[in-house]
Amino acid sequence: MTQGIVSHSPVPARPGTDPRRAERTDRIVGLIQRQGAAAVLAVVVLAGALAFPEFRSYANAATILVAAAAPMLIALGMTFVIITGGIDLSVGSLYVLGGVVAAYASQWGLPAAFAAPLLLCGVIGVLNGTLVAYARMAPFIVTLAALLGARGLMRAITDEGSTTYLVRDDAFRAFGNGSLLGLGYPVWLAAVLVLVGALVLTRTRFGNAVFAVGGSADAASLMGVAVRRTRVSVYVLSAVLAGLAGTINTAKLGSGVTVLGAGMELDAIAAVVIGGTLLTGGAGSVGGTVAGVLLLAVVQNLINQVGTLNSNWQQVVSGVFLAAVVVAQTYLNRLRRVS
Amino acid sequence: MTTEAVAPRPFLDPARLRAWLPRYGVYAAIAVLVLANVLFTPSFLTWSNLRIQLVQVAPVVIVALGMALVIGTEGIDLSVGSVMALAAALIPLYLGYGVLAAILVSLLAGVAVGLINGTLVARVGLQPIVATLALFVGGRGLAVVISGGQLKDIRNPDLRYLGSGELFGVPLPVWIAGLLVLVIGFTVRRTVFGRRLLAIGGNRPAAELAGVPVKRVLTTVYMVCSGLAAIAGILAVARIQSSDASAVGLLIELSAITAVVVGGTPLTGGRVRVLGTVAGALLMQLVVATMIKHNLPPSTAEMVQAAIILVAVTVARESRTR
Repeated sequence: MTQGIVSHSPVPARPGTDPRRAERTDRIVGLIQRQGAAAVLAVVVLAGALAFPEFRSYANAATILVAAAAPMLIALGMTFVIITGGIDLSVGSLYVLGGVVAAYASQWGLPAAFAAPLLLCGVIGVLNGTLVAYARMAPFIVTLAALLGARGLMRAITDEGSTTYLVRDDAFRAFGNGSLLGLGYPVWLAAVLVLVGALVLTRTRFGNAVFAVGGSADAASLMGVAVRRTRVSVYVLSAVLAGLAGTINTAKLGSGVTVLGAGMELDAIAAVVIGGTLLTGGAGSVGGTVAGVLLLAVVQNLINQVGTLNSNWQQVVSGVFLAAVVVAQTYLNRLRRVS
Repeated sequence: MTTEAVAPRPFLDPARLRAWLPRYGVYAAIAVLVLANVLFTPSFLTWSNLRIQLVQVAPVVIVALGMALVIGTEGIDLSVGSVMALAAALIPLYLGYGVLAAILVSLLAGVAVGLINGTLVARVGLQPIVATLALFVGGRGLAVVISGGQLKDIRNPDLRYLGSGELFGVPLPVWIAGLLVLVIGFTVRRTVFGRRLLAIGGNRPAAELAGVPVKRVLTTVYMVCSGLAAIAGILAVARIQSSDASAVGLLIELSAITAVVVGGTPLTGGRVRVLGTVAGALLMQLVVATMIKHNLPPSTAEMVQAAIILVAVTVARESRTR
């Protein structure tokens, strides 16, 4: 990849730079890099709260969180994959496939409605991971094939998208629409999983392995990290979380919606990148991803608040955000390396 | 080359097959599919059927050509679908000033998007996937905003001719795609620009040291890619006689990348197979067409396509590791 290639001549030592100041710059830059998305989120939320009375309401916050629950799960899995230096393009298809399978399986009760999509998506995740880790294929291609394959499978199950399976289980539908303390169950589920994900990434050996593989797979291998098993695990995690996101969505809507080309994979990647996780692997955080997902959700909500604005502006603003954040990241990185 | 006598090899020498497959496997697959269709599909070998297939595959070929160039520099361009939408959205806006003006504005907008992509990649130093993701996300939104979110019917005889007219019995979009294949093929093989492009994809630091104007070449490659996508967008509008910014070019980035990869161009850059890319697009189109003709659902076609991608990459990898 083009990043990390040193093309400029060695930086001449600037007069007046002492190591202590350089270290401080380093720390500040690092902080901005890690918390940049959260800071922007805070500013946007504050501005929104000042500008729109409706935005301030508890109900509106709940709406934002419910809308963000499914993307949050997908982005959580994507964070793990990207930190290992990979990418998972299949999550959008798995989201739709998982949702359809959940609706179909709901005729056998709530446990089946959850188990069937998670199992199926898990199997596809194992395939992705095995091809990447053991057959050493490019993640981009493997998951591109999985995107097509999963979409084909979904269309085969739904008679080319003409059959919509309705949720046949009341408990399952209740899960999608019930709420606790004014927040929907899906939000609670997403929150718990995000918390667990953050802990796993920062506090466990598996989390260490994920960072090590993304930093340098060879070095990780020499250190005794099970590189291939770690790789397979992150793709399984990503696939299962995408399936779970689809399942939640189905529970909420009461039917398996077969919208083709959900495009969730690229939204998830965008959210992860905005959150400061580097696509080159080896660095990133769940907290950043949470901020990235929420930022995109809040922007969408604010644009809806304006009312007169075409809702397609949301995409434009998201694109601009993404570009601004990654450009800023790159410059911060350079600043850090120079100082 | 040595002149010593070589022992006659068996006809199906595995080593030779492994060297041959990644290079010609696509053509072999097409040949097999065509043969099967000629034998088992009634009305496959009719001119009207071939014409439909070619017209359908033309936009994918055009976009995939640009994608092949970008991938040759070890990049990727996710924004091509959005560029198509943008070009399509601009056509009805400027049609009042004449067809030529409208086409020119669309083309310029496409090239401008390429300039942004190229600048982000070459000068700012972003990873291509991130740089083009921003415009993938924002570009289509912009296109829909520009067009007011409505499907616009267009009645313009000149534009209709561009989309459905024929020359010697071959539709104009197919001519245009064929011409572009020749131009891009020539550029890659015979021009300094092509050589520089491959040098960058092969080893960027080395190319820089060798005096290749890396930033300029990279920026140009992304501009060419977006320009080609814009042409595809214009042709799409011309053919269907309406402009729908939320539908034009949807998911075409995946089709284009698939065509390039199946055609034997490695994602790691340094090599571009122009004819292979065309063949890759044709193969994918043939798979779908065959399925439809035999009343197999498109979902099966998608799963077959997924398998073809994996086989193509496996075959290419086998040859590389040797």
